[in-house]
Amino acid sequence: MNTDTAGSPEAKGPDELPDIEDSDVEKAAQETPRGLPLRVLNLEKRFGGITAVDGVSFEVEEGSLTGLIGPNGAGKSTTFNCITGVHEADGGRVLFKGDDITGRKPYEIADRGLVRTFQIARELEEMTVLENLMLAPRGQIGEKLYRSVTPGLRGEVIEQETEIREEVWETLEFFEIDHLAEEYAGNLSGGQRKLLELARALMVDPDVLLLDEPFAGVNPSLEAKLLEQIHTLREEGYTFLLVEHDIDLIMENCEHIIVMHQGKLLAEGPPEEIRNNDRVIDAYLGEDI
Amino acid sequence: MSVGQRLWRAVPSSIKEDDKRLIIALLAGTYLLYAVSQVYLALMNNADVFPAVANSLQNLTFLIAVYAIMALALNLHWGYTGLFNIGIAGFMAVGVYSMSILAAPPGGSPPGFGLPVPIALIGALVITAIVGGIAALPALQLEADYLAIVTVGLSEIIRLVLNADYFSGTVTDPQSNSYNVVNLFGFKFGTGGGQGINTPTSSPASYLYGPSGDPNAIGELAYGIGVSLGVNNSVVNGFTYGMFLLLFVVTAYYVLLVRIGNSPFGRVLKAIREDELVAQSLGKDTRWVKIKVFMVGCALMGLGGILWQGSFGFVNPNTFRPIVTFYIFTALIVGGSGSNTGSVVGGAVFAAFLFEGPRQLARVVEAAMGGLLITVSGPGASLPSPNNFYVAFSTLDPLGWLGYTIGNISSLRFILLGVVLVYMMQNRSEGLLGHRKEIAASVDLSERKGNVAPTDGGETNE
Ligand SMILES: Nc1ncnc2c1ncn2[C@@H]1O[C@H](COP(=O)(O)OP(=O)(O)OP(=O)(O)O)[C@@H](O)[C@H]1O
Ligand SMILES: [Mg+2]
Repeated sequence: MNTDTAGSPEAKGPDELPDIEDSDVEKAAQETPRGLPLRVLNLEKRFGGITAVDGVSFEVEEGSLTGLIGPNGAGKSTTFNCITGVHEADGGRVLFKGDDITGRKPYEIADRGLVRTFQIARELEEMTVLENLMLAPRGQIGEKLYRSVTPGLRGEVIEQETEIREEVWETLEFFEIDHLAEEYAGNLSGGQRKLLELARALMVDPDVLLLDEPFAGVNPSLEAKLLEQIHTLREEGYTFLLVEHDIDLIMENCEHIIVMHQGKLLAEGPPEEIRNNDRVIDAYLGEDI
Repeated sequence: MSVGQRLWRAVPSSIKEDDKRLIIALLAGTYLLYAVSQVYLALMNNADVFPAVANSLQNLTFLIAVYAIMALALNLHWGYTGLFNIGIAGFMAVGVYSMSILAAPPGGSPPGFGLPVPIALIGALVITAIVGGIAALPALQLEADYLAIVTVGLSEIIRLVLNADYFSGTVTDPQSNSYNVVNLFGFKFGTGGGQGINTPTSSPASYLYGPSGDPNAIGELAYGIGVSLGVNNSVVNGFTYGMFLLLFVVTAYYVLLVRIGNSPFGRVLKAIREDELVAQSLGKDTRWVKIKVFMVGCALMGLGGILWQGSFGFVNPNTFRPIVTFYIFTALIVGGSGSNTGSVVGGAVFAAFLFEGPRQLARVVEAAMGGLLITVSGPGASLPSPNNFYVAFSTLDPLGWLGYTIGNISSLRFILLGVVLVYMMQNRSEGLLGHRKEIAASVDLSERKGNVAPTDGGETNE
């Protein structure tokens, strides 16, 4: 679908993206000054003697698909965990939409519109796919206990639930997992779980999505489908930061790439620059390229 | 389980698929079983049939109702939210004692606050919720296991404090050396210590029927019917209260919990049970939700305690031993943790078949064997009743073993409970009804406005 939509004049959103080819999108993205919703400054995280993240700084541009790569143990997931409040950083700051979110709780960060998925899909196993998705949206008035039980107030809750239900079904169709709607999430296959996790994160309607290896264990055709969907969403204005081990995939799909190695930021730039960066080749890409 | 499965299959599906019918059918079957066995017992023992049946059923009704109430309350904590609260007995104690102390007359021994019963009741629920909140506040921020340790510890601390002489308020003369009235900002009260404390009412049915010596018109009528059936007033009272608990309180708990469960709030609870970090990563403030739900559940447990142990007119701290918590957990696990219908079924099955059942069965077997022995070996024959296990075992006489089992059925019941629990954990960990999908939403999720058949999209791409 990425080739489809790039070819058709379907550019959406307030940013007037010109109707151009993929490589031109990259250029336009560089030229057009846009917001930097997520900024990481000198982030540091130690586990005992290991410094998993060692003074990492980077920025994620609004509406971009930014890739984060690095060998196993480079500290990518830990960076995600520090950004989203799962771990408390030992140093540095995280700015989101201009606010300092360092040390905030995961739910506060998610509530501001920064949502992540997990490297190992974490499903709410004994909840159905529908329940998984219904859980996600922000601002559900029925999450207040008194609204759920007081007879007179329940009407509004039901109204909102009906609206959310429609969105949920649309999302299920978008991800083509609507046939699994009533299934327990625990019964899904690995790839289906990845789809569900991404769909659930999207139901939060976040501004920025951090995806930790969303394609791990997903078969190639499903992977292509997921990528298509990510591109579609990006064109709708979502921002993505993507961790992935498949270099070709990153090179082909991301306009900006961050490389980590042993907790440090090794390089940063557009795909061409990364491909030709000697330090990156030494440390990571090796003979692959 | 093949017998069980065959039995389950024999139940018509119109009953299995409807929660209300399932519960009613289960209760009806249980009552019938007890009634028949009680008729048999009465005939064997030359007792009046109807009063014996009525007495047995009123006892059964009460037990089913209180275990269903407690299992429902626990289901909110453990079944829905995954909060491992093993201090249920303690929260029941807080409810019953708060109510008793708030309602006790200021001049009594121990003295109390002298509040009217309804206000004392509400006060007791608030206090139980607050105690629950205080217990939860530090523990809920830690990992799940700590909550278990905190709650079981708190439960025992509560019991021991209530047991302590120091707070008992039984010596009200300030000059005395053993003066032990608690003085809190000028309010004087006591717990009654090991001697226990009077609860505000010893006969809840009197709220409907009027005082026992001087019943009102409804009371006259009910007692009149009782007399004409040969049933005395206390059985009429017990039956009335048991039915009130079963028909109104269990229903109210059920409706409340279904409403809590089938809502966005209930969805967050389930998500906390499944994976709290995921819930947080989706923007849910799980700590506050957990504290809220813990407080509500504790208040429900406190109310359950009041309706149960608070209904006898008198209570002492040893009523609230951890075994009570264990019973309630067993009821919930048997019924199906996570399911409200399962909680009610679990309460009924536990009360009727695990708690009361072995005793009833022992009585029936004893009567039957007695009758058999008399026909075989003439009048005066009866089952041997060995003093202890060694004696029973060394006789190598099956009748002796049977006699020993019947004589010690109350203790042997614990073994049965253990076996049932182990069996359930290994073979049916979801309980009798835990497999039911009780979807956490206030609307039917499979229904849609667009009305597109949900399978259409799926089949094409598989
Ligand atoms: N919770 C933890 N406790 C201790 N050490 C940890 C923890 N999480 C990560 N680490 C360590 O931090 C380092 C970075 O791990 P991290 O998971 O961030 O790597 P990664 O880049 O995501 O690797 P991968 O590509 O394999 O997922 C590793 O050496 C790991 O052992
Ligand atoms: Mg990782």
